[in-house]
Amino acid sequence: MMPTSYEDGHISVSGAGGGSMPGKKPENTAFKQQRLPAWQPVLTAGTVLPAFFIIGLIFIPIGIGLYVTSMNIKEFQIDYTGVDMSSPCYNCSQNFSWNSSRPCACSLPFYLDQPYDSNVFMYYGLSNFYQNHRRYVKSRDDSQLNGNQESLKDPSKECEPYAWSSSKPIAPCGAIANSMFNDTLELFYNDPNGSKVQIPLTATGIAWWTDKHVKFRNPGGNENLPAAFQGTTKPVNWHWPVYELDSDPENNGFINEDFIVWMRTAALPTFRKLYRIIQRKNNMVPTLPRGNYTLEVVYNYPVRSFDGRKRVILSTISWMGGKNPFLGIAYITVGSVCFLLGVVLLIIHHKYGSRNNIAT
Amino acid sequence: STIRTLNKKKEDPHERVDNRTIYIGHQSSLVNEDFIPPKFCDNRIVSSKYTVWNFLPKNLFEQFRRIANFYFLIIFLVQVIVDTPTSPVTSGLPLFFVITVTAIKQGYEDWLRHKADREVNKYQVTVLENGQETPKESENIKVGDIVQVKENETFPCDLILLQSTRDDDTCFVTTASLDGESNHKTHYTVPDIERDLKSLNATIECEQPQPDLYKFNGRMHIYKTNQDPAVRSLGPENLLLKGATLKNTQKICGVAVYTGMETKMALNYQGKSQKRSAVEKSINAFLLVYLCILLSKALVCTTLKYVWQSKPGQDEPWYNKKTQKEKDTNLYLKMFTDFLSFMVLFNFIIPVSMYVTVEMQKFLGSFFITWDKDFFDPEIQEGALVNTSDLNEELGQVEYVFTDKTGTLTQNNMEFIECCIDGFQYKHRGASSELDGFCVTDGPVNKLQQKAGREKEELFLRALCLCHTVQVKESTEQDQREDNLDQVDGLRIDENVLQPPQKERGFIASSPDEIALVKGAMRYGFTFLGLESKTMKILNRNKDVEMYDLLHVLNFDPVRRRMSVIVRSGSGEMLLFCKGADSSIFPRVRQEEVERIRLHVERNATEGYRTLCVAYKRLSEEEYAQADAGLREARLALQDREEKLLAVYNQVETGMSLIGATAVEDRLQEEAAETMEALQRAGMKVWVLTGDKMETAKSTCYACGLFQRKTELLELTVRTLEDGERKREERLHELLGEYHKRAVQDAPPVKAGGTRVCFASNQDYGFIIDGASLSMVLNSSSESNMRSYKDLFLQICQNCTAVLCCRMAPLQKAQIVKMVKSSKGSPITLSIGDGANDVSMILEAHVGIGIKGKEGRQAVRNSDYAIPKLKHLKKLLLAHGHLYYHRIAHLVQYFFYKNLCFILPQFLYQFFCGYSQQPLYDAAYLTMYNICFTSMPILAYSLLEQRISIEDLIEDAALYSENAKNAMLRWGLFLYWTGLGAFHGLVFFFGVRFLFSNPALQDNGQVFGNWSYGTIVFTVLVFTVTLKLALDTRHWTWINHFVIWGSLAFYVFFSFFWGGIIWPFMKQQRLYFVFANMLSSVSAWLVIILLILLSLLPEILLVVLRNPRGPYTRKVQQRYTHVYTSHVTTHARTPTHTLCICFNDVSVCFSRDLVFAC
Repeated sequence: MMPTSYEDGHISVSGAGGGSMPGKKPENTAFKQQRLPAWQPVLTAGTVLPAFFIIGLIFIPIGIGLYVTSMNIKEFQIDYTGVDMSSPCYNCSQNFSWNSSRPCACSLPFYLDQPYDSNVFMYYGLSNFYQNHRRYVKSRDDSQLNGNQESLKDPSKECEPYAWSSSKPIAPCGAIANSMFNDTLELFYNDPNGSKVQIPLTATGIAWWTDKHVKFRNPGGNENLPAAFQGTTKPVNWHWPVYELDSDPENNGFINEDFIVWMRTAALPTFRKLYRIIQRKNNMVPTLPRGNYTLEVVYNYPVRSFDGRKRVILSTISWMGGKNPFLGIAYITVGSVCFLLGVVLLIIHHKYGSRNNIAT
Repeated sequence: STIRTLNKKKEDPHERVDNRTIYIGHQSSLVNEDFIPPKFCDNRIVSSKYTVWNFLPKNLFEQFRRIANFYFLIIFLVQVIVDTPTSPVTSGLPLFFVITVTAIKQGYEDWLRHKADREVNKYQVTVLENGQETPKESENIKVGDIVQVKENETFPCDLILLQSTRDDDTCFVTTASLDGESNHKTHYTVPDIERDLKSLNATIECEQPQPDLYKFNGRMHIYKTNQDPAVRSLGPENLLLKGATLKNTQKICGVAVYTGMETKMALNYQGKSQKRSAVEKSINAFLLVYLCILLSKALVCTTLKYVWQSKPGQDEPWYNKKTQKEKDTNLYLKMFTDFLSFMVLFNFIIPVSMYVTVEMQKFLGSFFITWDKDFFDPEIQEGALVNTSDLNEELGQVEYVFTDKTGTLTQNNMEFIECCIDGFQYKHRGASSELDGFCVTDGPVNKLQQKAGREKEELFLRALCLCHTVQVKESTEQDQREDNLDQVDGLRIDENVLQPPQKERGFIASSPDEIALVKGAMRYGFTFLGLESKTMKILNRNKDVEMYDLLHVLNFDPVRRRMSVIVRSGSGEMLLFCKGADSSIFPRVRQEEVERIRLHVERNATEGYRTLCVAYKRLSEEEYAQADAGLREARLALQDREEKLLAVYNQVETGMSLIGATAVEDRLQEEAAETMEALQRAGMKVWVLTGDKMETAKSTCYACGLFQRKTELLELTVRTLEDGERKREERLHELLGEYHKRAVQDAPPVKAGGTRVCFASNQDYGFIIDGASLSMVLNSSSESNMRSYKDLFLQICQNCTAVLCCRMAPLQKAQIVKMVKSSKGSPITLSIGDGANDVSMILEAHVGIGIKGKEGRQAVRNSDYAIPKLKHLKKLLLAHGHLYYHRIAHLVQYFFYKNLCFILPQFLYQFFCGYSQQPLYDAAYLTMYNICFTSMPILAYSLLEQRISIEDLIEDAALYSENAKNAMLRWGLFLYWTGLGAFHGLVFFFGVRFLFSNPALQDNGQVFGNWSYGTIVFTVLVFTVTLKLALDTRHWTWINHFVIWGSLAFYVFFSFFWGGIIWPFMKQQRLYFVFANMLSSVSAWLVIILLILLSLLPEILLVVLRNPRGPYTRKVQQRYTHVYTSHVTTHARTPTHTLCICFNDVSVCFSRDLVFAC
C-alpha cells in the first residue's frame, strides 16, 4: 500500500524484488547468487602475441593478393567534358541548350597501349555531381517506379518540383529521373587497315538483378507501354517519354537498365556508373586489342554549369570488382603493423617476464 | 507529494482553528442550535495518484518534466514541424516506447494502489450507533463514530480508546505496519468512562492532525447529568493508530478522531527526498559535453553549408532545383531550420536508450542484493532489502562510514553482568551461584567478602524490579505460540528454577536494557510478576508476593536520560525509584554517595558495559501530593505539555540517594571487528557516532579494532576541555590547534588513492569528541572562529584512522554527516544504524543503510538498503558495491562511446554530400541501433560482469579503493573513451570512403550506391561496437554469449529481412537487397573484416599492456604481497627494496633504490 516514490518523472524502484518476505530464504541458484559458470578469458601477452602473428601472417598475403589483383586490372579513363579549347567536345559544352533540337556530337580518339582480354566494362563517370544531396536523394517515388497506378497518376510530394508538368503527372517523377544521364557513347576501333569498326556494346546486365526484376516494374506489364503511360508526361529535361528509352520491351520504360542504374544514387560526388558491357567474343582475340579507338559522343548532358566533369572509363573486372589498390595496401599495412607489434611485444614480454623472475 | 498537497487542501478549513472538537457518538444533546458541526474528511484513503480520467495528461506531464524526455520530445516536434532528414519515426518510436513502458509501469503500480485502497476502504467494520452494532464500510466512518474492533483486526482510523475487554482497561497493539516495531504496545482507556457507551456523553478536544506517530494531545470532557463535566487528558497512550493491529485483547471500542487522509498513517506517506548518485552527476556532465559536441557539429555544418552554397552552381544546380516554397523561405529562417535539421540528424549522439538501459540496469541489478543468500539471516528469517535502486553504484564509492554503536556495532542483546550496591561489587556467577545469588568479587574497592547490608541489597533489587515499563507476557490459551515467536524484544525465560515449568513467561519492553535488568534482578531472587490494574507484584527472596501501587511513571526520554516510578508499598510508604545514566543521576543525589559508586561505573564503562545508576527517594505525603498535582496538571495541558512535564519531572527527581549501579553487557555484533578492519583496509574512514558514554563507546571501538593499542587518541571532550581554570572556549582553541599540529602538520602527507597496503611509519590517530564539544565547535560564538574550528576539526578528523563521536543527539549525527559530506572533495558518505535515533543521519548521508535490529523498523524504513547484520556490510560494499560501480561506469562510458562512433560517420558524410543533411544510414538502422542491435549486450554486461570475482573482492579489501573518487568516470577516462569513439568513427567512415573511390565493387562490374555505403559502415559499426564490449567482458556466462552473438545474428537477420521485401506503405525502398548485394561482394567482406580489426587493434594492444587481472595474476600479486610483507618484517626500519604494486598500470616493478612507498 505504500506508494512508490516517483519524483520528476523518474522511475525509482521502491522495494525491488518485492522486498524480502520474512521467512523466504533467497533461492540458492547460480544466477541469483551471481555464480553462473563463466569463462574468464585472460588476455595476456602470451595469448595475444600469437594472435598478432597470425593476423600478420594472414593479412599480408591477402593484401599482396589484393594488390596484385588490383594492379592486373586494366583501366582506361578519358575525360570528354570539353573544358579545354583543344578538346573535341569544347564546342558542344559551350553551345549547350536544353531546347536545341539538333544534338551536338563530338568524337574523341584515344589509344589503348595494351589489349583488354576479358569482358570490358564501360562506365561513365561524373565529378562534382551531388547525387547524394538530400533534396536529390529523396526526390523519387519508388511506388510509382514499382508500377503502382495511383502513384503513376499522383506522384509523391517528394518529387516536387518535378512531380507535375503542365498539370500532368510526370512519369518517372523526381529530380533523379529528370536528370538522367543522356549522353550516347559509342566506341569504334580504328583498325590498322583503316576501317572503323564499331564495337558492340551490351546494354543489359548493368543493373542489379533485383532492381530490374522486382523493384522496378512498368505499370500494367511491359506490353503496350504508351497506353500504360497515358495521361502522364515525360520529365522536363528528357527528350523522349519513358516508354521510348529502348526498343526492346524487356528494357523499356521503368525497367530500362540505364534508367535503373541512374536511379541508384551514388555515394560520393565523384562517381562512376556502369554504362555498357563489351562481351568477350572468343578466347583467341582480345576483347579490345591494342590500338587506336574513337569515342563518339552525342553530347546532351551539361555539367559545366556546376563545374562538373564527365569521363568514360573502360575497365576489366576481377573477383574484387574494379581497380582499387586501397584494400591491398590497407591489408598489407595492417598485417605488417600487427606483425611488427607482435615482434615488439615479444621483446617487451621477454624483458618484462625476466624482470619478474629476478624479482621473485 | 500529491498526497501532501491533497492534505494541505483538506486542512485548509481548519487551519484557523488549532483544535478540533469531536462529539462522541454524535450526541446531539450537547449541540446547541447555532452550532454547525465541523466538516471532517471521510475515512477514504487515497494513496493512488491517478484516476482513469487524469492518468494520461498527468502522467505525460510528469514524464516530460524530466529533462531527457523533454529533450527528445523537442527533437521529435522539430522533426514533425521542420523538413528534417530523418523521419519523426526515428526519434518518435524510441520515445514512444520509453514513455509507454514507463506509463504502463506507473499505471500498473497505481492500479495496485487503487486495489489496495479499495480493499481498505470497503473493509467491513462495526460501528456502534445508539448502542446497536451496525456493520459499515470502512470509508463511511465519520469522526465521532464509535468503532468496535476485534482481536487481530486493524484499526480503520485513528481512535481514542474508550473501552477494552481486558480487566485492566488496557489493550495491546502492534504497529508493525506503521513503524515495523513488532513488539506489543500497551494503550490505555480513558479513565472513568462508564461501561455503557450508549449513555456516554462526552466531547473530545484535540489538536489538528499531525504526522508524528508518537505525539498526541487532547482532552475529553465527560458530561454527566447533574455533575460538573469531568476533564480527562488524552495522550498517545490513548490513541490507537490506523494501521495498527489489536493483539491480546478480545474487543475494544474507540471513538474516531482522525479519519481518512487525516490519519497519522496517511500523513506519514511521504516520498523520501530523492538521492542522486555521483554516477548520475557524471552522466549529466558528460551529457553536457555531448550536447556541446552536438551543437558545435550542427553549427559547423550549417556554416559550411552556406559557405559551400555561396559558390555559383552549388546551391541549386540544374539537376536539383528547389521547390517554390523553399525558394520563398527567408534566408535566416532557412539557416535556422538547417541548424535544427543538423541537430536532428546528429541527435542520436545523446541516446534516449541510455536512460532506459541505466534504469533497467539499476532496477534489475538491485535484485542481486535481495537475492543474495549471504545476506539472509536465519535468526530473523529475512534477507537484505532494497528500498531504492538508484544508489547501487554509490555502494562502491563510499569514503566515510558513519556507524551507530548500539545495535549496529553491538548486538543490542543485553545481558546483566554485574552490579554495585553501595560501593560493593556483585557479580553473578552463572547458574552455579549460591542460594542468594550473590557473590562478591574483587573490584577496585576490594573489601574481601564484604557485602552491603541486606537491606540495601533488597532495596536495590526492588528498585530494579519496580523502576521500568516492562510487561509480562502471559502465554494463555488465546495466546498462540507464534505470537511468542513474534516477540523480537521478548526474552523468554527458560530458567526452570525460577519459573514454574508449565507457565511460560516473556517480558515485553521497548528497550532491551530494561529486560536485562529485570532478568538480572530475577537471578538474585526478586521476580517481577507483572502489573495488574496499577499494582506491581514482586516475588521476593522469601517467595512472598509484595504488592506496590504504581502511582506515576516518569517516562524515559533521551534528553533526561533517566526514568522514574513513584509507587506506594504495601506498608503505605511512598517511594520514588529512578534509574538513568550516571551523568543525569549524579547531580541529583547526595554527593558523598557518588564517589563510592563512580569508580565502579567508570571501570564498567571502560570494559564496554552499559551502566545505569539507581537512586531512590522516600516521599512524604505532602511531597507526593505536590508532585501528584503537578504531574496531573502538566498532563492535562494542551499546549507545551512536554515542557511542563519536563519541569515537573526535574522538580520531583531531586534529592535522591544513590543505591547502586548496574552493568549490562552489549555484545559486539558477529564479525564486527573483521568488518571494520575490512572497511578500513578498503580505504574507508569509519566514524562511530553514538549517544552512549565516551568510555563505553571507546571500549567498543577498541573491541572492534577501530582503535588499536598503538593508536594515539586525541580527545576533545568536556573532560579535556575542563582541564585547568581557563574558559572552555580558550581551551578548545588550544586543543584544536595542538591536535591539528600533531595529526595534520607533522604527519607525512598521505598519498590519496592508491592501495593502502602499508602504513609503516605513520602514527595512527584516533579522535574522540563528544556532543557538547561538537556543538562548541560548530556553534562557536564568533563567526570567524566557527569557520576555522570547523576546518581544523575536519582536517584533524580526516587524518585520523577512526573517529568516535559520543553523546550525540540524533540531529548532531546528521550534522556531522552533513559537514563531512560538504567538505572539500565532497566525499561519499554512508550511514548505518538500526534505531530511530539514526534516521536523521541515514537520511542525510549519500547512502543510508538500516540494520534490521531490535530497535524497531524506523531505520529500515528510512534507509536506502537494509541488511540484517553489520557483517553483511562487508559484502554489500566490497563485492556488490564494487561490481555495481564498475558495471554502471562501464555502461555509461560505453554508451557515450558507441553513440559517438555511430554519429561521427554521419557527420563526416555531410562534407561529401554538400552539407545537405543526407543521413548515411537508413532510418531503420538509425532507430534500431540503440534499441535492438547494441542494447542487449551492454545490459547483460552491466548486470553480470565480474571483472574480479566476488571472493577476491571480499578477500582483498584494498581492491575497493581502486574505484575511489569515481575513478572510472574521471574526465581522463571519458576523454579516452571519446577519443576511442572518434577514432572508430574516423576509421569506419574513411575506410569505406577509400573503398568507394571506385564503387564498382561487385565481380559483375555493377556499382554500389549511397545506401550500400551506409550499410557497410553500419555493419562495421555494429560488429566493432559489440566486439569491443566482448573484449571488455571478463566474465562470460552463457547469457553474455547468447546476447552478444545473438545481437550480431539478429542484426544480420534483420538486415536480410528489411532488405528482402518491398515494403508496402513505405515511400522509399532504399535498402531493397542492399545488404544481400553487399554480402555478395568480396571487397565489402574484406573491408568489413579489415576495419573491425583495425578498430579493435588499439584495444587489444592496451589489454596486453595493461596489467591483466585474471585468477592467475591475482595469485601472482598475492605472492608479491607476501614477499612484501616479509620485507616489512625483516627490514622494517631500513627499507632497501621497494615494490610498487601498481594495480592500474603497466607493470609490477621492483627497484632497489626507492624507499617504501605504496
